[in-house]
Amino acid sequence: MSADAVIADVIALMPADAWRWLIEPFQFSFMIRALWVSAFVGTVCAILSCYITLKGWSLMGDAVSHAVVPGVVVAYALGLPFSLGAFIFGFGATLAIGYVKAQTRLKEDAVIGVIFTGFFAFGLVLATKIPSNIDLFHILFGNVLGISSQDIIQTLIAGGLTLAIILLRRKDLLLFCFDQNHAKAIGLNTQVMYYTLLSVLALTIVTALQTAGIILVVAMLVTPGSTAYLLSDRFDRMLIISVAVSVLSCFLGTYFSYHLDASTGGCIVVMMTLFFTAAVLFAPKYGIVTQTHSRGGDQHVSRQK
Amino acid sequence: MTLKTTRSNNYGIAVDNISVTYSNARLALYNASCYVEPGTITGLVGPNGGGKSTLFKSIMGFLFPSQGHVHIDGISVEKAQKQQLMAYVPQADEVDWNFPISVFDVVMMGRYGHMNMFRIPSRQDRRIVMESLERVGMSEFRDRQIGELSGGQKKRAFLARALAQEGKVILLDEPFTGVDVKTEKRIITLLMQLRDESHTILVSTHDLSSISTFCDRVILLNQTILAAGTTEETFTEDNLAMTFGGLPISSSSDKSNLTPEAIMAHQPGHPFVSSTNIQPSYGQPGREQPAKRELNQDLDT
Repeated sequence: MSADAVIADVIALMPADAWRWLIEPFQFSFMIRALWVSAFVGTVCAILSCYITLKGWSLMGDAVSHAVVPGVVVAYALGLPFSLGAFIFGFGATLAIGYVKAQTRLKEDAVIGVIFTGFFAFGLVLATKIPSNIDLFHILFGNVLGISSQDIIQTLIAGGLTLAIILLRRKDLLLFCFDQNHAKAIGLNTQVMYYTLLSVLALTIVTALQTAGIILVVAMLVTPGSTAYLLSDRFDRMLIISVAVSVLSCFLGTYFSYHLDASTGGCIVVMMTLFFTAAVLFAPKYGIVTQTHSRGGDQHVSRQK
Repeated sequence: MTLKTTRSNNYGIAVDNISVTYSNARLALYNASCYVEPGTITGLVGPNGGGKSTLFKSIMGFLFPSQGHVHIDGISVEKAQKQQLMAYVPQADEVDWNFPISVFDVVMMGRYGHMNMFRIPSRQDRRIVMESLERVGMSEFRDRQIGELSGGQKKRAFLARALAQEGKVILLDEPFTGVDVKTEKRIITLLMQLRDESHTILVSTHDLSSISTFCDRVILLNQTILAAGTTEETFTEDNLAMTFGGLPISSSSDKSNLTPEAIMAHQPGHPFVSSTNIQPSYGQPGREQPAKRELNQDLDT
């Protein structure tokens, strides 16, 4: 029996009310828009997520996302596109982190912690003192349901740029994440790669700003890649799984947020976390439950430190 | 490139007065000068924490010395790297073995410098990768994720990457650590073949038992170059005692070069320095040591 036939049967069995309930969200143009925008953002984040997870830059993602706040406020105050300000401040924070780390004896996590909260606090002060129509709540938690077409254009530009850079440089970026020394040994400019990856990170956060907000964008940057990493030993497969998990979460999260009347960004990230939890427990090779069952069996698959 | 013709594509490494200070103000290496002769296998010998890896990283440009220069026979290291002349085989603990990548893909990374910017492998790239895998006997493991390999296989995989890169200068950092006797023998045979194909090979090791079996020349290092020359002249009991004995040659007050085995090595009858005529035999008492010494790896910066 084909899938279509099954669906047709299920529809026939269901009372008409239930069917209407199911398709109700799709009748609103703002929902359709939110669904495809969040799926697009999910794709961009999922792809970068694989690189960020493998490079060990999750905390850096957290830092950049918080550091964009003053940029958004300043951009609005000056009448510039919010993404421009966000990118400048996000990227600027990473430069500041790199500089302070190189010049002092502080460890990297301390430097990141100090600088991103500093930027964030500065943003809060600006947002509450500069008169503007910025809703702080929307910066923090996203507002994909109310996204304006102007914001969509900015999201598409930032996201498209990110995808283009990663697709063109994907092999070198992977080499950079895997073995920076070898990249250098074959004559690649590792400084350029470092800043390329950082600017792509900042761009991605700008992309996801309207959808997930700066607090939850970290999850979109870390969770899909981590989930996929537990499920695959090949980078190409990891990319596919990451994108699939992310897009599905964005779609389901946005959909359920309508019925639950709950925060869209929150629903998306909860969905992602559910997928992640399933992978942690039941991943074929690296799942906790799976490993317990096969203990004493194949030894060389156990993770080596 | 007149050098190329006169030297028939042989490249030596000129290290000129290198000093490296780490951020905690520890002096890792000072006033190190030496020349690695082209077309030889040169052993870089010294205790853990003696600066072997630091010297390697300075040669490869992974870290920047506070003074001094490195040249590859007249051209800068950067230029040599752009010309794919320099290959580097890392220590096992420098690699993320959980990375989702296969042996084949790792070896293919050796070809990146020969490809266009999109890194799309040509038929020739694939052929060279397969030949490199064949040469180290890793063809059948090419689809394995790198963490699923044994210690010896891991070394061979990265050696294959160096072969695929077709570099003229090959640096191997502790290639015999965590490797069984058979693999060590196999790697040594391969290195000798590469030397005969006019490669310049620099091998760092603190395992002294095999040095005289395959190294043409030796550089003794403990925070600076203590001696350098042919294995016959340089690899002597006196020189080794000076290198491993932890003599107060360092101006810093740091005592980290006084590792337990360095102190032990100073005592007569220690297996590492007991014989000047070390035989080309494997499985000596000294062979049992590496596992224990790996505990000191973190000192070896």
